[in-house]
Amino acid sequence: MQFLAVGKSVIRKEAWEKVTGQAKYTADISSPELLYGVIVTSTCAHGNIKQIDIETARSMPGVRAVITGDYYPILTGSVIKDRPPLASGKVRYYGEPVAVVVADTEAEAAAAALQVKVSYEELPTVNSPAEAIKANAPLLHEFVDQYQKSIPEVYPQANSNVVHHVKIRKGDLNKGWEDAEVVVEGSFTLPMSDHIAMETRNAMAHILSDGKIIIRTSSQAPFPVRKMISEQFGRDLGDVIVHVPLVGGAFGGKASVELEYLAVLASQAVGGRKVIISISREQDIASFPVKIALEARIKLGARRDGTLTAGEYTYLVGTGAYAESGPRMANAMAMSCTGPYKLDNVWCDALCVYTNHTYATAFRGFGHGSMTFAVERMMDKLAAALKMDPVQIRRKNAVKPGDTTPTQVELTESNLGNLQACIDKAETLINWEQGQVQYVGENKILARGVACFWKTSSSPTDALASAVVTFNSDGSANLQVGAVEIGPSTKTTLAQILAEKLSLDISRIHVEMEVDTGHSPHHWKTVASMSTFMVGRAVEEAADDALKQLLSLAAIAMVCAPEDLMVENGRIAYKDNPQEYIEFADIAHGYKHANGSTVGSQVIGRGSFVMPHLSPMDQETGKGKPGPYQTPGAQAVEVELNTADYTYRILKAVTVLDAGRVINPKAAQGLVMGAMSMGLGLATREELVFNQKQELSNTSLRTYKVMHIGQQPEYIVDWVETPNKAGPYGARGLAEHGILGIHAALLNALSKAAGVELDQLPVYAETIWKKVEEGRS
Amino acid sequence: MLQMIDEGLIELNINGETRKVLVRPADTLLFALRERLGLTGAKPGCENGDCGACTILLDGWPVKSCLMLAVEAVGHQITTIEGLENPPIQQAFVEKFAFQCGYCTPGFIMNCQGLINNHPEADEATINEWLQSNICRCTSYQEITAAIKSVLQKNPA
Ligand code: FES
Ligand code: FES
Repeated sequence: MQFLAVGKSVIRKEAWEKVTGQAKYTADISSPELLYGVIVTSTCAHGNIKQIDIETARSMPGVRAVITGDYYPILTGSVIKDRPPLASGKVRYYGEPVAVVVADTEAEAAAAALQVKVSYEELPTVNSPAEAIKANAPLLHEFVDQYQKSIPEVYPQANSNVVHHVKIRKGDLNKGWEDAEVVVEGSFTLPMSDHIAMETRNAMAHILSDGKIIIRTSSQAPFPVRKMISEQFGRDLGDVIVHVPLVGGAFGGKASVELEYLAVLASQAVGGRKVIISISREQDIASFPVKIALEARIKLGARRDGTLTAGEYTYLVGTGAYAESGPRMANAMAMSCTGPYKLDNVWCDALCVYTNHTYATAFRGFGHGSMTFAVERMMDKLAAALKMDPVQIRRKNAVKPGDTTPTQVELTESNLGNLQACIDKAETLINWEQGQVQYVGENKILARGVACFWKTSSSPTDALASAVVTFNSDGSANLQVGAVEIGPSTKTTLAQILAEKLSLDISRIHVEMEVDTGHSPHHWKTVASMSTFMVGRAVEEAADDALKQLLSLAAIAMVCAPEDLMVENGRIAYKDNPQEYIEFADIAHGYKHANGSTVGSQVIGRGSFVMPHLSPMDQETGKGKPGPYQTPGAQAVEVELNTADYTYRILKAVTVLDAGRVINPKAAQGLVMGAMSMGLGLATREELVFNQKQELSNTSLRTYKVMHIGQQPEYIVDWVETPNKAGPYGARGLAEHGILGIHAALLNALSKAAGVELDQLPVYAETIWKKVEEGRS
Repeated sequence: MLQMIDEGLIELNINGETRKVLVRPADTLLFALRERLGLTGAKPGCENGDCGACTILLDGWPVKSCLMLAVEAVGHQITTIEGLENPPIQQAFVEKFAFQCGYCTPGFIMNCQGLINNHPEADEATINEWLQSNICRCTSYQEITAAIKSVLQKNPA
């Protein structure tokens, strides 16, 4: 099929704004009416607040208000309401917001913030997920079972640090062990890390005299912000208006409602005046949500030919001091716990637990990345135990249509894609035939590693997306959607879908970059690489609706039945005589007869989409359908290890994924490469380091290291395209997938090269050296 | 000599224009550009010299405007992204998909432009050395490297 816009590397619509500095993000406005909020944060990781002295701060120049947890006590959270926006009674992590100072200038607010004095009675801390479930562990939340739930499917355990427990019980595990000829076990640790979106979080709010709350924020979730604020402050949904302009990166970190509460509280404290809170990098890392920690244990059984017979998985998900999306990520890990392999006997327990660390929220991959690390390291251990080739063992067990997921969803070619084909391509691209380990010089080993992944979304069963297409009188169209442009070219990709459907040149589709909940059609959230799929379906429906209107107007103008007409290049022509046509421009605002009388009016297409047949996971067995389809893929890494000092250099990194259909190849490639880069960052250097008192010690970009230019390997991205019949033009979600297995692929290669088992992230030269030394002693 | 205790008016030469700006002695150049002049192309990403999102050109050389006081910029030629006149590097960033969210982009482009001006024949090592001062969290850097290389190659110098 020949496409007009789909499958083309269309330049993103906001490209020139972005390269000229004209693009406006949340904090890119200044105005004399603005007041500035600065947050005071906890210096203690777990403690009762004895006293907060705000008097000095309150009397400093320019200060308009100082608020603390007593000011408007509420509890928030998207799964369970356990978090006060400002600590109240006690603090549970280092960096927790305890007060906000509002002043005429940011400098004045910052100066006064230093004068807010808080004293604590220190409490013992929970320092890791494993410690959280110890019998006499200190409790972070004494009454975890009494919190109000935001969704019914969360199961906190009284008198414990366990906020959620999800189970998978599939098949007969005992039989699986009986059938096994080889059993391998492993345990894995991943630390917390941070999103480091280049734009730190910031939010602005004011309250009108009639009660309307107006917010401008850097968020992936304008509609949830509106909903939460409306609930917590007792307003109609329509009386809360949330503006989200371009967002400077998010990666899941801006998908929950955080700073918006503080901005609204701050505004309320100064009589509704407009307050902006732009947080520093240090606070962005220490005080606002980060990536979960994971401690995993896996036991696999297999026949001697490599066929998996049993899998037992324990995932301890450290969500920090508050649950936020942690329980959902525990669900996500459980529902995909086996990785993309056929396994009939599965037992999984995923526990989401509190620790005295910065709380966690969604991060690229939504738990799948951490889970995949453990699973894919395990597959290599199994291969080693069976003396099988790591690619072979994956190929042998790769899921196929007809198999089922751990939550017992039937897999089809359409909802699964073709993992096998991804493995084949990745194997070729990494030159696997040259061997997994090669000696390439004195103390130099070249090694290759592979990993596979799969991911589906774990969205609410009623997550919905909408789109509106309005026509201009010149025949061009405007597309409005509620998805936020956080970087992935979402809006341009959607414009391509619309252009294709309308057979209109992409330059004639105008896209509004800002989301305004007052007039943008609803969208659940811009997360989970789901926007092209969900909003794309809504755009298709809106286009069909508009086309129906255009055809019926054209039929009047051209004196025939709509069925006799076809759409082509922004025109409507007779099917049997394409030379005779009418331009969209002549009917987009109604058709004017020669005598001036007009029929019809502006063409407005509307569409919406909700994913059909989703169901929550059963509490006892996990049975259910959490997501609409899988995106599977294979990844590979080539690395050179220096065995004299254990430094290593990543030479090549490959991802092949089944994209269903790639709508914008260059944009898609960039997304996957960017995710790979972040994954290699996690593998090689990124971690939050808490000291003995659980104070976070690396809160700057000088101490929290990310990938820099020159450190990157050669990235190669390729596709398999097995149409997803439910997706627009067959598309599956893609973006974050690049992160999912890349760290496992690297560690599989390094473990092989160094002859040790590297089962935790990140891996420094020193980590390998220590392992080798341990092995020697 | 400039004397200032609380706040004072300084003159800055920005993008070829002389602008009067009211600043405190402690205000950074980044703050003055953004909050006083509305030149929001330069972005705060760390305000600690670590990310390069705030990069501008000072007398043609890339400088992190968060690490410089506004008063220190008096007497220098400042170029911000808003002052670029359609140089090839912008086109190259667009063509090579060298950005996603775009937040790091003005800083990267200013640094690239500085490199192009000062080392039109820069090799890979020089490119890496220069651009290491900037962070991009969305792309893989491969795209950014491709963009700068495509301009340096075309350079007649
Ligand atoms: S804001 Fe200046 S280097 Fe980061
Ligand atoms: S494009 Fe987002 S940080 Fe570079």
